Amino acid sequence: MSFVSFPRKTLGWMLAILSLSISSYSALAAELDAEAVKRGKASAAICASCHQADGSGMNIPGGESWPRLAGLNRDYLVAQVNAFKEGSRSSPTMTPFAGMLNPQQLLDVSSYYASLPTKPITVPNTDPAVMEHGKKLALEGDWDRYIVSCSSCHGPNNQGVGVEFPGIAGQQPSYIAQQLEAWQKGVRKNDPQNLMGAIAERLNSHDIAAVSAWLAAQPAQ
Amino acid sequence: MNMMKKYILPAAALSALVFSTFNAQAQTTKLGKDLTPQERVQLSQMAPGSPPPKDDELVHIPPTMDDLDASDLHPKMKEAIRRGYDLFMNTQQLRGEYVFNNMNCASCHMGEGRLPFAGPVWPAAVTLPGFRGKNNHVNNLEERIAGCFTYSMNGKPLEYGSDDMLALSLYHQWLATDVPMFPKNKIYGRGYPRLPDPEKAASAERGKLAYTENCAICHQENGAGVVANGEVIYPAVWGDDSYNWGAGISRLFTLASFTMHNMPLGQPNSVTAQEAWDIAQYINSQERPQDPRYTGNAQETRAKYLDTFHKHTLYGVEVDGKVLGQHDNLGHKDFLMPDSIRPRDFSGKKP
Ligand code: HEC
Ligand code: HEC
Ligand code: HEC
Ligand code: HEC
Repeated sequence: MSFVSFPRKTLGWMLAILSLSISSYSALAAELDAEAVKRGKASAAICASCHQADGSGMNIPGGESWPRLAGLNRDYLVAQVNAFKEGSRSSPTMTPFAGMLNPQQLLDVSSYYASLPTKPITVPNTDPAVMEHGKKLALEGDWDRYIVSCSSCHGPNNQGVGVEFPGIAGQQPSYIAQQLEAWQKGVRKNDPQNLMGAIAERLNSHDIAAVSAWLAAQPAQ
Repeated sequence: MNMMKKYILPAAALSALVFSTFNAQAQTTKLGKDLTPQERVQLSQMAPGSPPPKDDELVHIPPTMDDLDASDLHPKMKEAIRRGYDLFMNTQQLRGEYVFNNMNCASCHMGEGRLPFAGPVWPAAVTLPGFRGKNNHVNNLEERIAGCFTYSMNGKPLEYGSDDMLALSLYHQWLATDVPMFPKNKIYGRGYPRLPDPEKAASAERGKLAYTENCAICHQENGAGVVANGEVIYPAVWGDDSYNWGAGISRLFTLASFTMHNMPLGQPNSVTAQEAWDIAQYINSQERPQDPRYTGNAQETRAKYLDTFHKHTLYGVEVDGKVLGQHDNLGHKDFLMPDSIRPRDFSGKKP
C-alpha cells in the first residue's frame, strides 16, 4: 500500500521535440523511401537469423523470443536499436547487433522492416477464460488496480500511435511478456515519461500471461 | 522464465485467481474510520498517491461491470445499465447529434466514473435533487448530466426521459448502490478536490514548459490531441474539439486538481501541485468554444457569472493583448445554448 507520490521527470525536452513528429504518423508508411527500403533489405540479412526473413520474429516459449519487426513504425525501430546501444534496453542477444549498424544503415534497415506486411502468428493454445481476462485488460483495463487499458495509449485495436506508441497487436506473445517483465525488473527503461513502466509494474504474472496471449492473437494491420 | 508453464496452468486455477480479484472488488460503503486494512489497500490502488480517507468521510467503492454480470438483477435491468455504461465510455457515438467535441464522459470522469479524485459520478445520484449555484435552482440527476453535455461536451443534452438519458442516469444510480440518499458526511474524493493554493502564483509561462514535458506527447503541442481514422485517441485540451468556456474544468482550480490527480495518463500524483497549477493556467488561457451563456460580450458575460463561476476562469480576461472568449466560435455546433436548458420555478406562482 502506498499513498506516497514519486515525481518522475525524464528526458522531457528531447521527447517534446520527438513528439512533434507524431502528427505525421498516419502518412508514415506511404513516406518510406523506396531506395532506403531496398538498401535496408540487403543489410537486414544479418538480422534474419532471429527476426526471420519476413520480419515476423519467433515465439520461443521458455526461451528468449524474437520480436516481430515487420510493419512497426520506422522511427520507433530506430529508437529501439539506439536504446540497446546506449543501454536503456539491454539484451545479451540483441545488443551486439545494435552496434553493427551505422546511422544510415539503421535507418535503411528500419525502413525495410517498416515496409514489410504482417502475417498472423501462431499463438499457443490458451484457456478461453484467460483470453477473456487478457482482452479486458487490453481494451478496458482494470481501474481498481489503476491498470489503464493498453488501447488508451497503443491506440484503437492496439495498432500503435505514431513514433512513441508501438503497435502491440499481433506481436509474439512471449516477447510481449518478456518486455513487461523487463520493465518490472528495470532492465527496460527507455519509455518516455515512464509511461509504460508505470503500467507494467501493476501487472501480476497472470495479467501478463493473459494480455500477452490475447494481444498476440489479434491481427496487426 | 518459463512461459510455457504459465500457458498450461490449469484453467480452473487461473480463473480462480482472476475471479478472486473480482470478489474482492464488490462494493463497499462505510465511513473512513470503519475501513478494513484490505479496503484501504484497495482504495490506494484506485487512487495511487492520493490522500487516504479521513475518519468521518463517506467512502464508497462502486460496483464494477463484472459485479453487474454476477448480480441477480433482471436481465432487462442489466441491459439498460450496460447501455448507460456504453454511452458513458463511448459518448462519441452521439457525435454530431448531442456531442460536438472529442470527449467521452470518461475523458474527464476517469476510470468509468468510479474513482475517487477523478470526478466519480455516483455522488450526484445521492445528492440530487439539490440546489446548484451554477444555474441557481434545484436540479435533478438528468439535469446535472445535461450540464456536462452543454458545457463539457460542447453539445446538447439527451432528451429528458429518453431511453438513452434513462440508461445514462441509471448507470450513475447503479454505481451508487447501497449509498443512502442525502448523506450527511463529506464524500471522500468527490469531484476533483481542490488543491492548496500554489506557493508561487500560477504562471502560464512555466505551465507551457511543464505541459511540453508531461502532456504534449499525447495532447500535442497545439492542444488538439490525436485522432486517427476518425477515432479519438487522445482528447483535445483546447481548441474547437475541446470543452467550452462554460465547462467546470475551465476553472483553474478544477483543471489543476484534475491534472494532479489524473494525468499524465496512468501516473496520478506524479506532477507537483505547483506544476499542476501552472499547467492549468497555461491550458485554460488558450481559446476554446464560446460559453453557451454568452451575451455577445465576453467581459459582460464574465461579470454576469463572476461569483458563481467566472472568477475562477480566465474567460473575458485580457491575455497577451486579447480578451479570451471574445469571439463567435461555437466549435462544431451551430447553436449557443441548447433549448432544453432553462430555469425552474418552484414558487407555485408560475403562469
Ligand atoms: C541473435 C538474434 C538476433 C539478431 C541476429 C538480431 N536481433 Fe534484434 N532482437 C533480438 C532479441 C532477442 C530482441 C528482444 C530483446 C529484448 O528482450 O529486449 C531483439 C529486439 C530488437 C528490436 C526491438 C523491437 C521492438 O519491438 O522493440 C529491434 C528494433 C531489433 N531487434 C532490430 C534488429 C536488427 C536491425 C538486427 C540486425 C542488424 C537484429 N535486430 C538482429 C534478437 C536478435
Ligand atoms: C500510458 C500509456 C501506456 C499504456 C496505458 C500502455 N502502454 Fe505499453 N507502451 C507505452 C509506450 C510509450 C511504449 C514505448 C516504449 C518505448 O519507447 O520503448 C510502450 C511499449 C510497450 C511494449 C513494447 C513493444 C515493443 O515492440 O517492444 C509492450 C509489449 C507494451 N507496451 C505492452 C502494453 C500492454 C500489454 C499494455 C496494457 C496492459 C500497455 N502496454 C499499456 C505506453 C503505454
Ligand atoms: C471536460 C471534462 C468533463 C466531461 C467530458 C464530462 N464532465 Fe461531468 N463533470 C466535470 C466537472 C469538472 C465536474 C464538476 C466536478 C467538481 O465539482 O469538482 C463534473 C461533474 C459531473 C457530475 C456531478 C458529480 C457530483 O459529484 O455531483 C456528473 C453526474 C457528471 N459530471 C456527469 C457527466 C456525464 C454523464 C458526462 C458525459 C455526458 C460528463 N459528465 C462529461 C467535467 C466533465
Ligand atoms: C499517455 C498519454 C497522455 C498523457 C501523457 C497525458 N494525457 Fe491527458 N488524457 C489522455 C487520455 C487518453 C485522456 C482521456 C482519458 C480516458 O478516456 O480514459 C486524457 C484526458 C485529459 C483531460 C480531460 C479531457 C480533455 O481533453 O480536456 C485533460 C484536461 C488532460 N488529459 C490533461 C493532461 C495534462 C495536463 C497532462 C500532462 C500533465 C496530460 N493530460 C498527459 C492521455 C494523456
